[in-house]
Amino acid sequence: MEKAVSILKAFGLPRLIITLFLVALFVIAPFAGINVAASVTDVLGRFGQNAIMVLAMVPMIHSGCGLNFGLPLGIISGLLGATLAVETGIAGPASFLLAILYSTPFALIFGWGYGKLLNRVKGSEMMIATYVGFSSVAFMSIMWLLLPYKSPTMVWGYTGQGLRTTIATDGFYYHILRDFLVLRIGDLAISFGEILFFAIFAFIIWAFLHTKTGTAMTAVGSNAVFARASGIDIDRQRTLSVVMSTWLGALGILCYQQGYGFIQLYQGPMYMAMPAVSAILIGGASVNKANITNVIIGTILYQGIVSMTPSVMNSLIHTDMSEVLRIIVSNGMILYALTRKTGASR
Amino acid sequence: MKEIKSTDVRKFLANNIVPIIFIILCAVCIPIAGYSGQYLVDQIITRIVRNSFLVLSLLIPIMAGMGLNFGMTLGAMAGQIGLIFVTSWNVVSIPGLLLAAIIATPIAIVLGCFCGKMLNMAKGREMITSYMISFFMNGVYQLVVLYGMGSVIPVRSGQVILPRGYGARNTIDLLNVRKSIDNFWSIRLFTDENGMGGITIPLLTLILIALLCVIIIWFRKTKVGQDMRAVGQDMEVAREAGIKVERTRILAIVISTVFAAYGMIIYLSNMGTLNTYNSHSQIGMFSIAALLVGGASVSRASIKNVFLGIILFHLMFILTPQAGRNLIGQAQIGEFFRVFVSYGVITLSLVLYEIRTRREKAESAKTLALGQKEEAKA
Repeated sequence: MEKAVSILKAFGLPRLIITLFLVALFVIAPFAGINVAASVTDVLGRFGQNAIMVLAMVPMIHSGCGLNFGLPLGIISGLLGATLAVETGIAGPASFLLAILYSTPFALIFGWGYGKLLNRVKGSEMMIATYVGFSSVAFMSIMWLLLPYKSPTMVWGYTGQGLRTTIATDGFYYHILRDFLVLRIGDLAISFGEILFFAIFAFIIWAFLHTKTGTAMTAVGSNAVFARASGIDIDRQRTLSVVMSTWLGALGILCYQQGYGFIQLYQGPMYMAMPAVSAILIGGASVNKANITNVIIGTILYQGIVSMTPSVMNSLIHTDMSEVLRIIVSNGMILYALTRKTGASR
Repeated sequence: MKEIKSTDVRKFLANNIVPIIFIILCAVCIPIAGYSGQYLVDQIITRIVRNSFLVLSLLIPIMAGMGLNFGMTLGAMAGQIGLIFVTSWNVVSIPGLLLAAIIATPIAIVLGCFCGKMLNMAKGREMITSYMISFFMNGVYQLVVLYGMGSVIPVRSGQVILPRGYGARNTIDLLNVRKSIDNFWSIRLFTDENGMGGITIPLLTLILIALLCVIIIWFRKTKVGQDMRAVGQDMEVAREAGIKVERTRILAIVISTVFAAYGMIIYLSNMGTLNTYNSHSQIGMFSIAALLVGGASVSRASIKNVFLGIILFHLMFILTPQAGRNLIGQAQIGEFFRVFVSYGVITLSLVLYEIRTRREKAESAKTLALGQKEEAKA
């Protein structure tokens, strides 16, 4: 009994409520006339779409930089890669690889600078990360108007300059992973392409965290004084983790675009960090502790609620207040994590 | 005469880099935008009247060492709820605004208590927490206003409620209370022969703002104000001295939230329309950016910073769209630019503050070590 209580405590009350809520939604769904198989397909699709952005939280949490509210910076690198890939005009699967290739140098450079900046503001990384994300999105809004893109699929038709707010990935890398290795059972479709793609990167991160450098990174996060005493270059480890997070953010948005179907520019990436942050927290991570399991559980729970609540609520009470509930749940979760006493003061 | 050392100049530049950047920016933009001086002065007076109450509400939490209170949006929400009720009851002019303030006060106090309690649980990361509180409460606000009003809360007026029978409209016209404080007692200068244009000075609103400034100055000298400063300096020392640290911090946030609610009522009555679901979140960012532009930092802010900040920040706000249009032919660039500048200013100030605090800490540690060495020698 005591053991059960301690397990329950480790699981955390809000997490329990969210899990029970999701289970309840799936139980109610058939009675509300909702196709459960289609819903599961939807949740899995959203999982594949978002999981890498959630994974982008892990390196920075490990090195003690806190939650990566600066995810928009990684997303910006991804957007630069995506727009450059479309600009080349090469269609099909190759464009996805090109987008990854083009976004990598941006992610490395931005991440490096961002890491250097965060090293100078130890202790309030999260606040500054938030505003670095916002400023970069606002700065790039100007750039999207000014950069000399030419491709007619991307620029505004009537002026011939400035990128559109949303660009369809159709014909380029739309559903490139989603439609790869699909298992269909009736209405249920499991896309192994996306899951495999995520699994590869999750495995790389997991393996990395078990190498010598990875262990050093974890040491920096859990006890900086101890890490310095054992001769680890703290700033270097932190910068490395930020670069990794930024690059995963770039990759994450590309993966999101192939599933969602659109490249969202301008103010689009502004608040994209919040869902990812709250997903990993729902999955059981804290401000200074996270692992791959947290990413998987968190993304499934978060995306499950986001996709199930509207449909169930709509058919039950004919009002869609799911967006409001999503805001309350996801931000409430972040608030819960920030106000825990256990977290290191940062 | 004392000679000015180059290090002094550098120190001055380093401490005031944000206002200096803004002065240069505005100086460049004024000729490009090509507005008349009279128009600009009139606009700036309007902006001061509109925003200074809101920006002033940020001062007290800074004094208590809690950083920039991003939770001021909570107060703004309370003010908006007050105005929604007043509009639906059709109470006009100054009595309407007073009633709105009376309704907003208890809501702001409750929200302030909640925010303060949360911040006490997250000492050392108050800013990010208050930021997330504003996001979280935004969800609750939407739940109340979009789904609660008309269905649970008895608000019936068609001016406020959507045609579907519940939920407040996206934009609510505040014709009843529009500019009622400003027009109560105002003077106009430099009008042309038709009585148009010129500079309008709403005296009553300015008096209210001056009153708040006096209250803040007086408050600093009271026992509670002194306690707050002690808490802001060092929580542990203050606790040793017998100050109830938690209570003082909650009080600072409650005062700030209530002032923000009044500030929002003044702001919206000047604007004349309420964007039910946007006004509050925008105002939080703009107020904080304005204060930082005035040269305030996370731990130090004065009334001087408030007014300098509002003038410079809003001058930039007025100028950039027009400057963008004249320079590149697109007003949108100017609009994106001012959003970038608002966020950029907050980022820059936060980063500079952190770097400065760390340097000071390192320096004091160095002097301490040096002193110990001397002692050991002796």
